[in-house]
Amino acid sequence: MNIFSLARFLAILVKEFIQMRRDRVTFAMMIGVPVMQLLLFGYAINTDPHDLPTLIEMNDDSPTARAVLAGMEVSEYFEFTGVVTGPSEGDRALRDGRANFVVAIPPDFERDILRGHVPSLLVSADASDPTAVGSAVAALQGIVDAALRDTLSGPLQAVAGTSSPVSVVVHRQFNPEGVTAINIVPGLLGIILSMTMVMITSVAMVRESERGTMEALIATPARPLEVMLGKILPYVLVGYVQTAVFLGFAGGLFQVPFNGDGLAFFAGFNLYIVVNLALGFLISTVARTQMQAMQISFFTILPTILLSGFMFPFAGMPGWAQVLGTALPATHFLRLTRKVMLKGGELADVTGDMRAMGVILAVITLVAMLRYRQTLD
Amino acid sequence: MTDTPAIKVSGLTKRFGKKTVVDGFDMEVPAGAIYGFLGPNGSGKTTTIRMMCGLLTPDGGEGQCLGHDIRREPARIKENVGYMTQKFSLYTDLTIRENLDFMARMYGLKNRRRVVDETLRDLGLFERGGQLAGSLSGGWKQRLALAACLQHKPRLLLLDEPTAGVDPKARRDFWDEVRRLSRAGVTVLVSTHYMDEAVQCDHITYIAYGKKLISAPATEIPARIGLKTWRVDGPDLTGLEAELTARPGVEQVARFGAVLHVSGTDEAALTATVAAQKARGTHHWQEKPAELEEAFIYLMTSAVDNFAVDIEGEAA
Repeated sequence: MNIFSLARFLAILVKEFIQMRRDRVTFAMMIGVPVMQLLLFGYAINTDPHDLPTLIEMNDDSPTARAVLAGMEVSEYFEFTGVVTGPSEGDRALRDGRANFVVAIPPDFERDILRGHVPSLLVSADASDPTAVGSAVAALQGIVDAALRDTLSGPLQAVAGTSSPVSVVVHRQFNPEGVTAINIVPGLLGIILSMTMVMITSVAMVRESERGTMEALIATPARPLEVMLGKILPYVLVGYVQTAVFLGFAGGLFQVPFNGDGLAFFAGFNLYIVVNLALGFLISTVARTQMQAMQISFFTILPTILLSGFMFPFAGMPGWAQVLGTALPATHFLRLTRKVMLKGGELADVTGDMRAMGVILAVITLVAMLRYRQTLD
Repeated sequence: MTDTPAIKVSGLTKRFGKKTVVDGFDMEVPAGAIYGFLGPNGSGKTTTIRMMCGLLTPDGGEGQCLGHDIRREPARIKENVGYMTQKFSLYTDLTIRENLDFMARMYGLKNRRRVVDETLRDLGLFERGGQLAGSLSGGWKQRLALAACLQHKPRLLLLDEPTAGVDPKARRDFWDEVRRLSRAGVTVLVSTHYMDEAVQCDHITYIAYGKKLISAPATEIPARIGLKTWRVDGPDLTGLEAELTARPGVEQVARFGAVLHVSGTDEAALTATVAAQKARGTHHWQEKPAELEEAFIYLMTSAVDNFAVDIEGEAA
């Protein structure tokens, strides 16, 4: 007696594809939902905000200092809303949320530059909202350098030199860890994949028992593994299509970079899809109707959004919440995509995330296989 | 065909929660027979059939089906059994051909395309193979379902109320097909609650509330119960029916069109009542051999009584 028959597995696979093709609404949802959410979140949630309120502590009213400030204003990241007289006043403004930044021009700023002393330009940032200040901070050194290059022309060109004449010191207030690089789009991929994969699989599985076709299916010599794989694999391909569409839009419309190793991404994303499908399968063993499957699936989505680090910085959550978050596959996939897409991560950088997803997969699959019955009891 | 019975189970028991759906059920279906499985709704027929083909694990009892143990070898049983479910269980969003092809694949049939073509031709659906199965009428769905579970040439056919909701013509065609299969050596176990179907069976087992009440060749059942029946016709049968029900010896009055069938197991009491009625000369009385139909109405009535006692017992 063979435990797995390729022919039966293929039979179920083909059947699932035909059913998928005929179910127009679900099919449209698979492709429509990611595009719609990408557009919605992509445009509604701005991770690269401009015109952030900025205060100035002016200790050197020289032409060079003014050139630097002008450069910052021209970049559109910073909008100067006032002047402070000392560090304590600046701190208070940051704490109150009146400003996102306080820029302190040190005394003798211009003179130090001309003498080649490389003065420090201190920028205090309210990093409690890293998403808000992240990109402005990232752009800062470039802005300052460009401004100085224009000012230090002619005989002063020598001072401009190759290295920067000013060191920009960013002081991330309230969040020394500086969890930045939060970019909504790579995270959104994880959320959308999780949502559609879990929901579609669980509903597709429950549909068989709700319509009574499961009875005929298990009256054939089909084995649990054949049924499970045959029903799941088509949705892996759906996940591929979703991701391709998503990355296409993300790159085309939102210029989301893809800096890292494609292979690392591909490996992680495959694993993530399988974990979600297994979760959907597990839900289908609990739910009796398609409606219940939908509800339970939806129930898993909220923690995924809130605790995975998608919406709020993971490091900012209390310990118990981090434990919960660590049990979510999305948490690890989010880290993986951010590492690969934004930080240029390689395969070696994501092995930890892969391992974590592997453990989650093993646990879910084990429980699902134990719960899946070949009989109708 | 060998002489080993197609199905032999004993003490089969199934509980769902606290409710015992099938209780110590014994049955032996000889190979090649058309075996009727009768009983009211909810009597455990479907559960019993599911246990026999390995879809449900019995809580108690044992048995074999086609020589394979129902507990240990459900996969072997499934390969040789055609199971037609009560509810249409093919895919309504697949075409007729796709459904047949799917089933053929699941049983690993060789020359799949030819088998499916043949099935479609036999059904007379060759031209409509591309139509969605869900768009078929009740009678056609039933024929398709039967054809789908015959493609792998099963040795045992389990039919769970196959003709529910199907018109009389389609039902007759269906039974012609069942008899043809039986002649070809296929054992058929069919559950039903239609009497005209019951009489088609060689052997009948009657089950009610999970317990077997009687099991005998179809022709012997009325005699086994020991039912005496009188046929009455004349004016105002409704009034007479009400009056007779209260008389000694009358256990059952059933109306069949323009006549009443009055039955009882206590021959002496019934004869006395009938004699008194005859003396009035208002109606025409005639003794007749009891038939299956009266026998089953009788069984069903007494089974309901048993169940009522059970409920009171639980409440106490």
